[in-house]
Amino acid sequence: MIQNYLILQALREPKTLTSLSLTDWDLLIRQARRANLLARICILLDEYGLLEQVPQKPREHLEWSRVISEKHIQAVHWEITQIRNALVKTGIPVILLKGAAYVMAKLPSAKGRLFSDIDIIVPKGSLNAVEAALMLHGWAATHHDAYDQRYYRTWMHELPPMQHIKRMTVIDVHHAILPETSAIHPDSAKLLAAAQLLDGYDDLKVLAPVDMVLHSTVHLFYNDQLDQGLRDLVDIDSLLRHFNSLPAFWSNLAVRARELELSRPLFYALRYATHFLKTPIPAGMIEVANNGRPNSLTLIFADQLFERALMPAHKSCSDWLTGAARQILYIRATWLRMPPLLLARHLFHKAFISPKIE
Amino acid sequence: MNVSALTSSELKRRLKKTGILLQTGSFITHLKTSISSVAEGIGLLYADYPLVEQDGFADFHISLVRPRNLRRWFKPQALFVFDGNTIFKPLPLDQAFPMLEWGLNWCVSNHVNHCLIIHAAVVEKDGYAVIMPAPPGSGKSTLCAALINRGWRLLSDELALVRVSDGKLIPLPRPVSLKNESIEIIRRYEPNAIFSRKVADTIKGTVAHMKAPASSLARATEVVQVAWIIFPKYQAGAKACLEALPQSRAFMRVADNSFNYSLLGFNGFKTMSSLIDASLCYDFTYSKLDDAIGVFGALKPKI
Repeated sequence: MIQNYLILQALREPKTLTSLSLTDWDLLIRQARRANLLARICILLDEYGLLEQVPQKPREHLEWSRVISEKHIQAVHWEITQIRNALVKTGIPVILLKGAAYVMAKLPSAKGRLFSDIDIIVPKGSLNAVEAALMLHGWAATHHDAYDQRYYRTWMHELPPMQHIKRMTVIDVHHAILPETSAIHPDSAKLLAAAQLLDGYDDLKVLAPVDMVLHSTVHLFYNDQLDQGLRDLVDIDSLLRHFNSLPAFWSNLAVRARELELSRPLFYALRYATHFLKTPIPAGMIEVANNGRPNSLTLIFADQLFERALMPAHKSCSDWLTGAARQILYIRATWLRMPPLLLARHLFHKAFISPKIE
Repeated sequence: MNVSALTSSELKRRLKKTGILLQTGSFITHLKTSISSVAEGIGLLYADYPLVEQDGFADFHISLVRPRNLRRWFKPQALFVFDGNTIFKPLPLDQAFPMLEWGLNWCVSNHVNHCLIIHAAVVEKDGYAVIMPAPPGSGKSTLCAALINRGWRLLSDELALVRVSDGKLIPLPRPVSLKNESIEIIRRYEPNAIFSRKVADTIKGTVAHMKAPASSLARATEVVQVAWIIFPKYQAGAKACLEALPQSRAFMRVADNSFNYSLLGFNGFKTMSSLIDASLCYDFTYSKLDDAIGVFGALKPKI
């Protein structure tokens, strides 16, 4: 059972925030800051014309964080220009993922976002060309350890993160949305083929709406780090509400999920989006999504775990089981991303061999 | 009610149990700690600061704790915790109070984005303020400490807060951080000044904090107009000398010393331009504090 946390109230019903006491605001600001959602709440309130009604102190905190988000979003535009310049000669279109895609496609999920890196996806066969072009333009590999290089290049779905030597910005170059070693393999070729050019560009694409939602769900429910979990769930909620107006969106989503073997993460995404954020989902869709439902016992466990781990990592949103829930989900995610023997080998290397090399 | 209204044992008890809501300038910090050197530092240097009594809104929630690791038995440490998150690497327990000061600066410089924040000391006289931006080692805090013991009001010795909306400077008077030889120089210069215990071997060398004058605290909410930007430089044996600085150079040098100039984007540029336009900008070399006070006393604002 999800408690009525202030942060959830703020995301579901921003209009009700005007009646909060200063003590409530104190707590809400802290929860929202921890969840990286402070700027988003500022923008939601502003859109409803309610920002002026927020008491001055908490309003300052909201506005301070909006300044940071505006700067991040401006920096993303600039960074994408640089990436396009770097890749123009390769002739490979840049397909943006996650936050960068939301910003460039002007989707509501971009509101109030903070960025730590930019994610792109390219065909696996173009990885070398893309990496070389980025290196020529100042991006350098970050993981120099031979084992880490192998880990990324042989087993993962992305190159080791590359950092620009002057701007210090980070780009993650993906060729798939899940590691090579994971049990399921959503077909990257299908994702790339359906990607759509952005208005006004001939070299910049984003995933098709249904694929964007599915990638967002994979990102959340296969991720070993859930400290941004609520923010990721807000992304999903925001995408679903936005794409709801597209013709046949929901039926396409269900079909595509089955095609890409992603019915399970989609089930979880819809379940927790409605639990936490009251995302409106057509009744028919909920029925179809039940294809991805795990057995009842697993679901009871999953609820216990996700309902804790998806909340901000703040003491006011935690109970005595939260730490354990995060640990278990970390192991689950790693388990899903690697077969057991490889996982054992990887953990052995990380525990006993990597520290010696350092 | 001020901190001084509490006995030292009551202050210690509150800091440990519920924490205190400490008002510094326009910010309220919820501070919790069971480290006795921090409680002593607060009792000594923050005696004249208001405590907010009723529960309400705090800008920053911080605590200083002793990490529960094996080291605590032989080399105890202190950790600065911002609302449950560790921000800095732990330091030796002895450095807990300086760490609190650095942490409070971090809280402001990382959040307060309705202001252009410059790493600078700010003092005021007769309604006009001097901003003294300078890299560490230039003698900015020493000069600032001398000025506020000779009639200038302290706005801050670390953070110039220039309000984006109107360019006014917002005071944040807190203890002045002095390093190495400066500590004894200021002790000799003003024997009545109150200092925290010296802490040796920090990354900045030996540090001590000087209590901010009560008269500056009493005016901690009065914003002020900038008149001068002065880059001080201590130079042994040098005569006190002001040298006019072209606006363009001053602009770039202040920007270099700013925490959030680029974060503020266009607003940062606008605020910085108005700041430079409103100010007379100088390089200032000095060796004797009294000479420096004389030069500052003779400053005339731009007409």
